[in-house]
Amino acid sequence: MSGGGDSAPLVLIVGGGGTGGALAHDLTLRGARVVLVERGEFTSGTTGRHHGLLHSGARYAVNDKESALECIEENTLLRRIAPGSFEENDGLFVGLTDEDMAYLPAFLEGCEDTGIPTQVLQPDEALRLEPMLNPVLKVAVRVPDATMDAMRMPLRFFATAKANGADLLNWVDVIDIDLAGGVVSGATVRDQVTGRQTHIGADLVVNATGPWSEQVARMAGVDVPIRPSPGVMLAVRGRLCNMVVNRLHASGDGDIVVPQRALSIVGTSSWVVEDPDDLGVPADHVQRMIDEGSMLVPAVREAPFRSAWSAARPLIGSRDDADSGRELSRTFKTIDHAVDDGVEGFVTITGGKGTTLRGMAEVCADVVSRKLGLDMPCATRETVLLPHTAAYAA
Amino acid sequence: MSDAVRTLRVHRFKRGDDAPRVEEHLVPAHEGTTVLEALRWIQLQEDPTLGLRHSCFHASCGTCGVRVNGRERLACVTRLSDVEGAVIVDPIANLPVLHDLVVDMAAFVARFPQPHPIVRESEFLPESSPADGIDDHERYEDCIECGLCLSACPVAATDDTYVGPAALAYAQRMIEESRGGDREALLHWADQDAGAWRCHAAFECTEACPSDVRPAQRIMALRRELRGRRTDHDRAVPDRPATVTGASA
Repeated sequence: MSGGGDSAPLVLIVGGGGTGGALAHDLTLRGARVVLVERGEFTSGTTGRHHGLLHSGARYAVNDKESALECIEENTLLRRIAPGSFEENDGLFVGLTDEDMAYLPAFLEGCEDTGIPTQVLQPDEALRLEPMLNPVLKVAVRVPDATMDAMRMPLRFFATAKANGADLLNWVDVIDIDLAGGVVSGATVRDQVTGRQTHIGADLVVNATGPWSEQVARMAGVDVPIRPSPGVMLAVRGRLCNMVVNRLHASGDGDIVVPQRALSIVGTSSWVVEDPDDLGVPADHVQRMIDEGSMLVPAVREAPFRSAWSAARPLIGSRDDADSGRELSRTFKTIDHAVDDGVEGFVTITGGKGTTLRGMAEVCADVVSRKLGLDMPCATRETVLLPHTAAYAA
Repeated sequence: MSDAVRTLRVHRFKRGDDAPRVEEHLVPAHEGTTVLEALRWIQLQEDPTLGLRHSCFHASCGTCGVRVNGRERLACVTRLSDVEGAVIVDPIANLPVLHDLVVDMAAFVARFPQPHPIVRESEFLPESSPADGIDDHERYEDCIECGLCLSACPVAATDDTYVGPAALAYAQRMIEESRGGDREALLHWADQDAGAWRCHAAFECTEACPSDVRPAQRIMALRRELRGRRTDHDRAVPDRPATVTGASA
């Protein structure tokens, strides 16, 4: 049973990634009854696989100011509502070449425009902070990036939603979206543990399945312009840097090293696939992570290999758009399919990134609330989240 | 990159089954194919109902802990090429199995002293130095709560009241650098019957740990701390018996 009581509208969220968890939290606080279904472990799709960067927004400050603004706002806010989930380690944007230096003025201007604090460091200062940096560096800019736990930070939203009465069900497959006369009334689901197939009736269904959102939308007979755009990441043993180290240039492959506990993560590449379940880990992409990552932190090349994997970003854009996925905006979109497609009771939230999970949920919950006549304002900006362990509580 | 086909024998169990069974799959493998990739292949190509936990794919989240040919392993960083013959995959031990390879982590989390806060702030800010008494930055915070130590623990196998290595390592870490936490309460918690003294010092947990937390060494450090504290107590309150804290050793 959920926070809103028996008479409150029931929202079924499909997808147990960061977005779904944050939405369950938000809607529960607004008085809705919430049921969330996830086919695997929570955060197993895209959320848990990311490199663990809490974006300052600086990466997007030149070419994607909307994303940059979202990032710096959420960066500040998440530290307040999820204390203890972030390392206070900051990040550096490191310029290595004349070309990188030519990018510096636009970078600093973009950061200033979007309210991202910066501190320009000379090479000797930067090397004092991070002795393993490539010593040929010409400049480093300090920004409020941070490391987070890609699973445990989002789990705090699940934990809090659960404590407030949301039903969070994993190991549940959605077989079909129940649609009749242009109205969605719930979903047909199968419980993997019991094998039982049942219906979950709902006043509204939210499709929060990230790169899978096109597949789920099709069950409701609508189209979602999503491009599953995977990236390869590499983990090597050893904490080679303490701060997040980024390349000072327009976004490219292998341009970030994120320290995570006793590992260093190098990311990432970008291409586009049809099926977000079938990604593969192209060997040439792994090699590119080693080559480019060691430009930033030379020790990456010699460090013992730990893992290489792929994660699919849910980038917004039609199939006619860019091939690599790099050019697509990293911001997010809520689609009310009643408006776009004439299908009532079905909303898709997609796009975005780990850092903006709460903000995505707020915008989506505004739409859902309006449709369902819930009049409580968003309370997630002020609500401090429970520890991640509460997500496992019975 | 030689292509090969490997045999996986996977533990299967769904609610309502009379008993678990072993299901055999032939899985295509490359040189670097991991146990997790092989299990995902089974899930995607042959049986979508195969239950397994995974999240980060790089030994950072701890969800994909299993036993591979009897040894505790993270599936995401265990290569098929490191395993001889058939690859036998079972859920980790000493926790209830929900289905297939999925165990109930609620029973793991419940062993920790309350509260169980997230204790990661920064590993080592350049401008700060480690707290007194800490030589390096090998910290509890490296723990990924995978449960492999509990699975490998011979005491946990016969006594499900034992709080186990991960929870004790956590307590030791919080006692070592309490950062405002209640050190005394944690020492009292660790001193319980099902606590630090129950460990038989088999060191299987340290062997199994994929994240270099070294729980066994931490349990031993905890015992030293508890012994020292009792000696202090005896000095400070001479008429008080040393067993007042309720230790069983």
